[in-house]
Amino acid sequence: MSSLLVLAIVIAIGVVAFVIGRQRAAAQDTGKVKPHSRAHYHGWWAFLLAVLPAVLLLAVWDIGSSFYLDRHIHAALPERTVDSKVASEALDASLVKSLAKGLRRLDAGTPLPATFAELQPLLIAKGVALASDTQDYMIPIAVDANSVQDRLGLFGAVVTFALSVAGAFYALRQIAPRARARNNVERLMLWGLLAASTIAILTTVGIVLSMLFQTITFFESVSPMSFFFGTVWDPRFAAAGSGGSQGQFGLIPLLAGTLYIAAVALVVAVPVGLMSAVYMSEYASRSVRSVVKPALELLAGIPTIVYGIFAVVTLGPFLRDLSAALTGGSPFIQGQSIFTAGLVMGVMLIPVVSSLSDDIITAVPRAMRDGSLGLGATRSETIKRVILPAALPGIVGAILLTASRAIGETMIVVLAAGVAANLTANPFEAMTTITVKIVNQLTGDLEFNSPQTLVAFALGLTLFALTLVMNIVALYIVRKYREQYE
Amino acid sequence: MNIMTEQTLENAVGDKMNAKSNEVIKMRGDKVGVFYGEKQALFDVNLDVRQNQVTALIGPSGCGKSTFLRCLNRMNDTIDSARVTGKITLDEDDIYDKNIDVVELRARVGMVFQKPNPFPKSIYENVAYGPRIHGLAKRKSDMDQIVESSLKKAAIWNEVKDRLQEPGTGLSGGQQQRLCIARAIAVSPEVILMDEPCSALDPIATARVEELIDELRQNYTIVIVTHSMQQAARVSQRTAMFHLGYLVEEGATDKMFTNPDDKRTQDYITGRFG
Repeated sequence: MSSLLVLAIVIAIGVVAFVIGRQRAAAQDTGKVKPHSRAHYHGWWAFLLAVLPAVLLLAVWDIGSSFYLDRHIHAALPERTVDSKVASEALDASLVKSLAKGLRRLDAGTPLPATFAELQPLLIAKGVALASDTQDYMIPIAVDANSVQDRLGLFGAVVTFALSVAGAFYALRQIAPRARARNNVERLMLWGLLAASTIAILTTVGIVLSMLFQTITFFESVSPMSFFFGTVWDPRFAAAGSGGSQGQFGLIPLLAGTLYIAAVALVVAVPVGLMSAVYMSEYASRSVRSVVKPALELLAGIPTIVYGIFAVVTLGPFLRDLSAALTGGSPFIQGQSIFTAGLVMGVMLIPVVSSLSDDIITAVPRAMRDGSLGLGATRSETIKRVILPAALPGIVGAILLTASRAIGETMIVVLAAGVAANLTANPFEAMTTITVKIVNQLTGDLEFNSPQTLVAFALGLTLFALTLVMNIVALYIVRKYREQYE
Repeated sequence: MNIMTEQTLENAVGDKMNAKSNEVIKMRGDKVGVFYGEKQALFDVNLDVRQNQVTALIGPSGCGKSTFLRCLNRMNDTIDSARVTGKITLDEDDIYDKNIDVVELRARVGMVFQKPNPFPKSIYENVAYGPRIHGLAKRKSDMDQIVESSLKKAAIWNEVKDRLQEPGTGLSGGQQQRLCIARAIAVSPEVILMDEPCSALDPIATARVEELIDELRQNYTIVIVTHSMQQAARVSQRTAMFHLGYLVEEGATDKMFTNPDDKRTQDYITGRFG
């Protein structure tokens, strides 16, 4: 019996419990005693008691039984010897599992052939393609595994139904005019909401921890000093098992490239975004605003890879040719350069800056504007001397949030900034960023446990720490600003 | 522009000569109407504002008194849908004329708002804001002078003289409102408009501001919108009663509160509606 079917039946039991519970509660309301909870709360309580424990049990049972099945298969596999045909025991077990899955697709009652060679055409006829190194001895093991799984599933389903019905009965028996079903339901709601918000936090913690462990492994082979303060990025290639040449993992060129490109992007995005925000919040008539604001926000909806393609296919060559034309032959702007990447990233960030600043500027109370205008200040004087200073902390926060986006941006720089880890001050040359190198180190056929791959985690963690600090500072500033007008 | 400055000068001279005269008309509204989009909020208001007097505008909520007040320094311009008809003059000049610069007008006709709205700057900078914009002080010492005298005129100098660099938003509500009055005075306006300046204040702060309004009358012309009958009676010399967008009646405050011509004024003042 599949888990999905079990789940559906449990929910059906819950629905029945809900209906019965509501009716019972309504029938008990004879008007003599004021009922504590309205009838549908009793119904919901019965539903929740019927469904929640049963679903939890089902989940635990499913996970447990797949563990059990795993061990069962491993135990049934023949001892590994030197001339085993399959490379590893894990692979052996996984072949059995896919075979077991395939066998379920065969029509019931089909006689099973003893060799895989005969079995394969039958499976292919059912649309099941299996690895050709599946061995004959796996067939009985797979059949056995399937029957164990069936038994486990059936038993689990029975227990689940029993629990569900028991829960429903327990709740239905509790129904009384003064029973506090409403409080119970509300408490469960609270727990549900709490669980939802915990998931995000736990995921973040999980991500950080997983990166942390890989990073620690990386630092076992490369010293943190040479990583954080090294000025040369030259990871070399690692042949499997070779301990000799290590390569150099200097963070500085990547960090410099990241910050340089982000700075160019901010130089483009902040003035333009801020001015467009000022225009939209202070000058634009309602009809203009209703067109321009969505149009700007549309820019934010373009996938960054599209910006990257634009940069590498259109803007980069254009700037290179332009510079060649200006100097008469030798282009001083390279096809991939800090300037190109920063420019395109800046354009991408304009809507971020403008929409954040627009909210902040609009939040400055109208009384401030009136006060200034009432003293005979012009609109631009009011903006310059009252509104922007009042909104400044918020705007700084918005810029920091934007900066952390610029630092974490990947696709544009992968395409437009180049992969050469230079350390240069010339904005027209190629430079690379942390995100580009993470992509580079993790793609391709590198051995996973080599520092060449593990460095990606160290880079990722560094990036995470960098943007985390910026976000915390930004949020702190924005929050402080909010208090000012309350 | 030249004509205006000359007239301003003449008026300044005239002020001293007519200090006790009640008959100089500082501002005059002639058939003033205001529309917010399609809706008309004010109908044919004819009202004179006399120099060195306090004119109180009273009436139930939504009667158009604040709307009229905001016409006097064209603050309605800041509302997109608002449209003003009729004629309003300041010293005989039509303030809605094309040649009038609204910025200059607002420097001559200052405004104090219902809710104290100091800028999130220091007390000193709040007062120096207007003079700085209009370039009234050449040197730092001139500015200090303007700030000090404005704060003194607004009767708040003694409370803030030791903390001029602290933020204006840190003052109490009553102090903030007097700071806003000082801020308005600092640009040496001729007329000060006050839109329910005491509605957000406690009784003690209200008494201070009312005292102040009475003192300011010596040097400025004041128009005040108020919901409090007692306040109108205490501080004003002239009272105008608005109802549903119309000016019901206008006259000397004493007469309005003892023997009004219109039944509606009578009813409103005695609390029968409003």
